[in-house]
Amino acid sequence: MSSSQIEIQLTAIVVAAACALPGVYLVLRRMALISDAISHSILLGIVVAFFIVHNLSSPFLVFGAAFTGVLTVFLVEVLKKSGLVAEDAAIGLVFPLLFSLGVILISKYSGDIHLDTDSVLLGELAFIPFDRLEFWGMDFGPRALAVMSGILFLNILFILLFYKELKISTFDAGLAASLGLSPVIFFYALMSLTSLTAVGAFDAVGSILVVALMIAPPAAAYLLTDRLSIMLILAVIFGVVSAIAGYWLAHYLDASIAGCMATVTGVVFGLSFTFAPNRGLVSIALRRRGQRLRFAVMMLSIHILNHEEAGNAAIENRVDTLDRHVAWDKHLIEKVVSKMKKSGLANTDSGLLVLTDSGRKFAAEAMLDI
Amino acid sequence: MEALEFIQNLVTDYTLRTVAIGSGMLGIVSGTLGAFAVLRRQSLLGDAMSHAALPGIALAFILTGSKSSLVLLVGAALAGWLGTYFVTKTVGLSRIKYDSALGMILSVFFGFGLVLLTYIQKMPNAAQAGLDKFLFGQAATLLQSDVYAMSVIGIVIVLAVTVFFKEFKLLSFDPEYGKSIGFPVRWLDAILTALLVVAIVIGLQTVGVVLMSAMIVAPAAAARQWTQNLGVMIFLSALFGCLAGMSGAVISSLSANMPTGPSIVVVISLIVVISILFAPERGMVSNLIRRYGNRKRLRVDLTLSTLHALAIHHNDPTHAHEASSIRVMAPSEFGVEKTLHELDKQGLVESNSEGKWILTQRGLRRAEELKANNGSEADD
Repeated sequence: MSSSQIEIQLTAIVVAAACALPGVYLVLRRMALISDAISHSILLGIVVAFFIVHNLSSPFLVFGAAFTGVLTVFLVEVLKKSGLVAEDAAIGLVFPLLFSLGVILISKYSGDIHLDTDSVLLGELAFIPFDRLEFWGMDFGPRALAVMSGILFLNILFILLFYKELKISTFDAGLAASLGLSPVIFFYALMSLTSLTAVGAFDAVGSILVVALMIAPPAAAYLLTDRLSIMLILAVIFGVVSAIAGYWLAHYLDASIAGCMATVTGVVFGLSFTFAPNRGLVSIALRRRGQRLRFAVMMLSIHILNHEEAGNAAIENRVDTLDRHVAWDKHLIEKVVSKMKKSGLANTDSGLLVLTDSGRKFAAEAMLDI
Repeated sequence: MEALEFIQNLVTDYTLRTVAIGSGMLGIVSGTLGAFAVLRRQSLLGDAMSHAALPGIALAFILTGSKSSLVLLVGAALAGWLGTYFVTKTVGLSRIKYDSALGMILSVFFGFGLVLLTYIQKMPNAAQAGLDKFLFGQAATLLQSDVYAMSVIGIVIVLAVTVFFKEFKLLSFDPEYGKSIGFPVRWLDAILTALLVVAIVIGLQTVGVVLMSAMIVAPAAAARQWTQNLGVMIFLSALFGCLAGMSGAVISSLSANMPTGPSIVVVISLIVVISILFAPERGMVSNLIRRYGNRKRLRVDLTLSTLHALAIHHNDPTHAHEASSIRVMAPSEFGVEKTLHELDKQGLVESNSEGKWILTQRGLRRAEELKANNGSEADD
């Protein structure tokens, strides 16, 4: 691996980890789409801040742009509270306007700005190593890596310091308020961090794929655990894995790195969605099948017991005609009968299904249950 | 540019005319369907679908090698529909919430589309210039044939909404009831979603992926402020969309380097702001005025009945009281002095030589009326 390959991967990893952390809270608060809004409207902030400081890498620009993100959230909240539009519509009204204003400014003054809308939307990780952070003639690595590391550090610090407060205000805003923690302050603190992270990441992955990095890894983690701390750790791991796998996928396909990273986050979510223990599709299907069979065993035991007591067992309980009497298909009957024999509930005796003692007890109890 | 010359251009300039009519058609279509999307709380579904369409466009190109709008739009529609299907399934089969599912599909599909686009760029027949216009839309590249196609689709959509008006209305406001009286709710939902996908896909070419969501949400959100009637709302929404589309196209033609899509979005956002502020009844301004009026009426009534209560207490309706005793008696803080002067002007109270306040005959009658109307409320 060349040093620039390492630098690109490191940047990708740091971006993914930094995005996953606030993303966890967005997913839990059902505010995932606010990340979409923020990541678009910071374009306006970046352009306006650029007009003021004339320097794309000034820290002022980063904070100025992050402020637009917070402004977006504020406007959405104002619209929502007015009761005139629903929350989703409020999001859909605010960010396209701010984004449009940003695009118009860029198009009108494109001669003066080294920004083009494609790179804002899509980002380009491959260019990261060319823009270096240099102080006193020393090279401190790619600027984006340094900036994102700072933002990642801020995110970690904030979550460590206010872990409990964030947790309470996320899961129970009412309780937080009654304990004297202002949910509003934590809300806006979280939004500020989200905006800052989105601004830092836009260079690298662009404004749309930031959303993938913020939402998909936490969503995948959400299916695997009920604990916030584990969800945070898993989300970061999934983000980092997606970053590395995405990089190499892009390497072999010779395609967009950010695009591949986003695709892999989707794949990771898909895997979690399918195979998560308890909540995955597979385990749900297995559980359903088990339940169906257990229920069928119950019903058939009751049928046998009924007819043994009624005295017409010779007609009703013949294994080869059972399917007609209970109106199930033969395949299911076979499965249920073999299950009953295996668990010692019944035996076959000259073509008849006969309950054992434990089978009688089981059927009697099942009847009470139902 | 002189106004006359400008109008002449609108009629004779092929590009401007095509773009303006195309954008106007788009506004009608997205406004009509947006009304349902906004009412059904699906405002951001349009955003997700337009992003999800990207891989469809790219795949359609890779598979057919064709750059014709129709082929690409079919790809876009299929991908948009698939994205919607994924969102529904994710929400239905796991504990992932709607917003997360939407955000994920939006960004992951888009990322995958980007991978395909960068792959296409390296293909030998890499005439991909026609593809990335879908990102931001290039209304200027609209052809007359595109406008014809949009008009046909637009007419079909407007007809469909007219024919299924009652059904779509029920679907938007009370799908459970619809199901219980035997409407094929799932089919209606599928039809409405399919129409929305079509609208979004034809919008991609004009305003692009990012701004298409505004075309869905904004006209409808603006229209909602002016009316409580669905039919009127849809009409207004289409009208606002059409106005914004045409004027956005014109504005961008008047100024150099002014992109069409963002201009349209700025115009429609202005319409939203005006509607939210100034719409009668729902608007913020009329809300404020109403609230101010209510507060004033309450204040007046409260002062009058407090004075009356004091008078009864003294068994003398003409007993004079100082403003300060009324202030003490009143259940909450408010401008008692100011209100007394207002009442004086209306001839309901008067002040005597000592500056104390007395109910006039009219004031007495009015206070008794108030007491009778409020009944038990006034007693406690």
